[in-house]
Amino acid sequence: MPEFTMPSLGADMEEGTLLEWLVHPGDTVHKGDVVAVVETAKSTIEVECFGSGTVERLLVEAGTTVAVGTPLAQIGAAAPPQAAPVAPPVAGAVDEVHSPLVRRLAAAEGVDLTTVHGTGPGGTITRADVDHAAADKARTRPRATPLARRLADVLGVDLRRVTGSGAGGTVRADDIRKVAGHAEPKAGPKAEPRKAEARKAAAARTAADRSAAMRRAIGDLMSRSKREIPHYYLSTTIDLAAADTWMRDHNRRAPVAERLVPAALLLKAAALALHDVPQLNGFWTDDHFVPATAVHLGVAVALRGVGLVAPALHDADTLELPDLMRRLKDVTIRARSGRLRGSETADPTITVTSLGDQGVEAVFGVIYPPQVALVGFGKVVMRPTAVDGLLGVRPTVTATLSADHRASDGAVGARYLATVDRLLQQPEQL
Amino acid sequence: MTTTATTAKKPRASSATATTTYREAMRQAMSEAMRADERVFLMGEDVGRYGGAFGVSLGMLEEFGPERIRDTPLSESAFTGAGIGAALAGMRPIVEIMTVNFSLLALDQILNNAATLLHMSGGQLPVPLVIRMTTGAGRQLAAQHSHSLEGWYAHIPGIRVLAPATIEDARHMLAPALADPDPVIIFEHGSLYNLSGPSAEDAGPADLTSAAVRREGRDISLITYGGCLPKALDAAEQLAEAGISAEVLDLRTLRPLHQDAITATVARTHRAVVVDEAWRTGSLAAEISARIMENAFYELDAPVERVCSAEVPIPYAHHMEQAALPQVEDIVAAVHRAVD
Amino acid sequence: MSPHRTRTDGHAPALRHRGELLYGMLRIRRFEERCVELYSASVIRGFVHLYIGEEAVAVGVNQALTEDDAVVATYREHGHALARGIPAEAVMAEMYGKASGCSRGRGGSMHMFDASRRFYGGSAIVGGGLPLAAGLALADRMRGQPRVTCCFFGDGAFAEGEFHETANLAALWRLPLLLVCENNLYAMGTALKREHAQTDLALRAASYGMASWPVDGMDVLAVEHAARQAAESIRAGAGPHFLELRTYRYRAHSMYDPDRYRTKEEIAEWKARDPIDALARQLRDDGEVDDEALAALERRAANEVAGAVRAAERAPEEPADELLRFVTSPVTPTRAAR
Repeated sequence: MPEFTMPSLGADMEEGTLLEWLVHPGDTVHKGDVVAVVETAKSTIEVECFGSGTVERLLVEAGTTVAVGTPLAQIGAAAPPQAAPVAPPVAGAVDEVHSPLVRRLAAAEGVDLTTVHGTGPGGTITRADVDHAAADKARTRPRATPLARRLADVLGVDLRRVTGSGAGGTVRADDIRKVAGHAEPKAGPKAEPRKAEARKAAAARTAADRSAAMRRAIGDLMSRSKREIPHYYLSTTIDLAAADTWMRDHNRRAPVAERLVPAALLLKAAALALHDVPQLNGFWTDDHFVPATAVHLGVAVALRGVGLVAPALHDADTLELPDLMRRLKDVTIRARSGRLRGSETADPTITVTSLGDQGVEAVFGVIYPPQVALVGFGKVVMRPTAVDGLLGVRPTVTATLSADHRASDGAVGARYLATVDRLLQQPEQL
Repeated sequence: MTTTATTAKKPRASSATATTTYREAMRQAMSEAMRADERVFLMGEDVGRYGGAFGVSLGMLEEFGPERIRDTPLSESAFTGAGIGAALAGMRPIVEIMTVNFSLLALDQILNNAATLLHMSGGQLPVPLVIRMTTGAGRQLAAQHSHSLEGWYAHIPGIRVLAPATIEDARHMLAPALADPDPVIIFEHGSLYNLSGPSAEDAGPADLTSAAVRREGRDISLITYGGCLPKALDAAEQLAEAGISAEVLDLRTLRPLHQDAITATVARTHRAVVVDEAWRTGSLAAEISARIMENAFYELDAPVERVCSAEVPIPYAHHMEQAALPQVEDIVAAVHRAVD
Repeated sequence: MSPHRTRTDGHAPALRHRGELLYGMLRIRRFEERCVELYSASVIRGFVHLYIGEEAVAVGVNQALTEDDAVVATYREHGHALARGIPAEAVMAEMYGKASGCSRGRGGSMHMFDASRRFYGGSAIVGGGLPLAAGLALADRMRGQPRVTCCFFGDGAFAEGEFHETANLAALWRLPLLLVCENNLYAMGTALKREHAQTDLALRAASYGMASWPVDGMDVLAVEHAARQAAESIRAGAGPHFLELRTYRYRAHSMYDPDRYRTKEEIAEWKARDPIDALARQLRDDGEVDDEALAALERRAANEVAGAVRAAERAPEEPADELLRFVTSPVTPTRAAR
């Protein structure tokens, strides 16, 4: 596995910004290790690598926006054990490790030697290593005019997030103004605000930029969904009395950390139901339905401020409830703090949205392409319900299904909702 | 302290305005100076009986006589040096070198004497000399008669280099040039002599320190001088039809360059095209481009463009000559490269 | 009028004219000999062209000039500057690159100026002073002032176009210009006969239509006589005159050169005709000076040179932040009316 590339973290993602490297050249990594933080138009995501070995070289500098598929790092086969132990580098003695030529070159090129992986004997950094690092550095600098750079600085616009309209994609002043949402008079601000104020203003504007960008991304995707996917909608009200009783009983006996909320049961039921109705679990690609091999439940999480992400609870159908509960909490917190992992946003096979805590009773969602179904849960409400011929007041929830009519018909959808209902009546099986 | 470029001045209503030509304006300026100061005299090849190779001094011999309108032998170095000596001795000579092409024969005197005597003598010997010469191509005069070497002269510390591009400047730059205690070279582009238009007689001496905005604009600055000014103005007109607002800065003084005006126009428009009839390499256009980088780098929203002559000895045939010189369409194309 | 006529050092009685000429030459010789020492000690740098052997020309010609007249010299002009009356202190300080130098340290050996003495340099482009001298003469001619501009140049300049342009212009306009050609037989290392088809320079100058004749440049009295004749004629309105001063420099073109282009015998022959020795001999023969008087002259010259060196050593340097001063005049051109 020679290369680690910019992952596609969603169907709508064409490029991403590498925000931060979490590994350094020389580090040993294993499949699934989080190695970097990537920012997309929608979120900030921790991305993991898909192979094991030694990080040989980082090809892209932090702060760089590159297209999906662009190599980000070279990862070599796992390092063979060293025959002789190499003396650990002594703090402050780093310079002695490198030859004067290498140090001089690095200084001249502005290359940080600690980020360069040495290919020389014993891992020493050679002149060629520095040259490569310098070339990488040069290659990844955004192309922008001096005025654009100055404006970006003053207006707090991240240059890397701006698509240039000039020759060769050069970012020009107007591109910055557009992103900043500033119909800036051409004369430009003569007196720049004081630094601290400028930084504060910049931060605010950056947040505004992000939400604007996210709205655009959501808008694009949802428009595409509504344009391409013939939705059909089903709804049913499910009696949660049994589930509620079981949950309270469980919570009384379980340690605090393992206590459940109704959402955990609903999610588990939604996941398990897909065993019976696999026609709703998968993707519509190239004009046919491709069933998924596992159930990765996308959980819609409303972000503070504005926006929405739906990270995946991987293999939700196999998770014990307390596990599922923990994962749900974890993913929600990380989504809201912008630290999701790549695969979590990349591969949900179906999405569940729950707006119960917002007080609505039913939600008919818009499918997240290329998925083919979206399950909605409303608020758990006490409703008068007839059970065994007797009227009682019981906890109920309205479950809905939005499904892609190209992949399934109403009967399939109905069977799914019925299965969810059935599962929730046997909570101990969940 | 910064100074701003003067904006092109329209003749005031109260001014005595008359329609004149660039040539006549220059002649009026010289005649006026000679009437006002008996130390002033004109010397050069064919300035007297012939009336000047370009007719600028026509009729002056009759008014001022052969002592003050002095025909010289074809000895550019001798009569230019004689102008320097006469200036050192208290006269106010105007030396006309027929064209910049022949000024190379006087370059030793201009560079090694006129420009250096003041400094080399520790401030003892100012040289209040005015040298006028025709410059430029465009009249099918071929390689040896078509040079634009203003930039060479603008390279030299110790002299002031002027490029009047309007009738008003032709009329009013000479008096302050003669009042300058140091040598001044005035470049008159051959294509401008027949330029005609109104002239404000009472406009007073021109400011020799400022560039002038000849047309205001928002999107791009056309920075030029001399014979290229009319082309830049035509280009700005065409660009306006295409919705591009071009500012035209006439440098007027090529040494010392009015840095503040260059910086200011770039700060307004954030883009610049330098239009210079000289060859591109090592040209004034190169100097201005470098100064923009030094002084207005963070104002730039596009690389500075240059429209200069092709790097070829200027050919005779009309179509080839025109192909070698900066044209309006070249300027327009450069603007589009910078703006689109 | 010799600027030194009235000078005494208290040890010797006022010299008569020939004695002044002798001292004029002697002080130049001793001054330049000191320059050799100072150059060898790396005190003086740049190009230094010595006049040793040619002193009779500068001293003799200056006898014909008044303080209203103008002088344009060459890059071998220490002798011209000293003969013109620029104090030895100012000349030496200029060689030292000091602020008290006659060009405030901006000129050095090749560019001595003194506007108050109408001494216009100090030009290091061979022939370059000639057109300028014509202009100084032109100004006088136009204003009807009976002044003479004297331009020194060498046989090398005679090969330059600027000489021929100027000779023609001066003759054409009948300019009050004294053209003094110091023919020392070598343009740097090129012998006269290797650079001129016709080596009779006076003859060629005459072809421009001006009075022109050769003079023995090793005889200061002959030089003075010729210069006075020419200057009088010029003041009378006869136009430019050309004097070919046949002289010789004993030392290298610049401070040191291998002297491959001439023989030691040739140098010895010219030294045998040394203008200082010749005049001293003559004065002694005439009973005008004795050994004691000559020794007094030597002491006086030594004192003058030593004083110049002391003053130059003590003189302040021009501050480096004055670097850009005098590139243009402090008065900026008018911005009035706008």
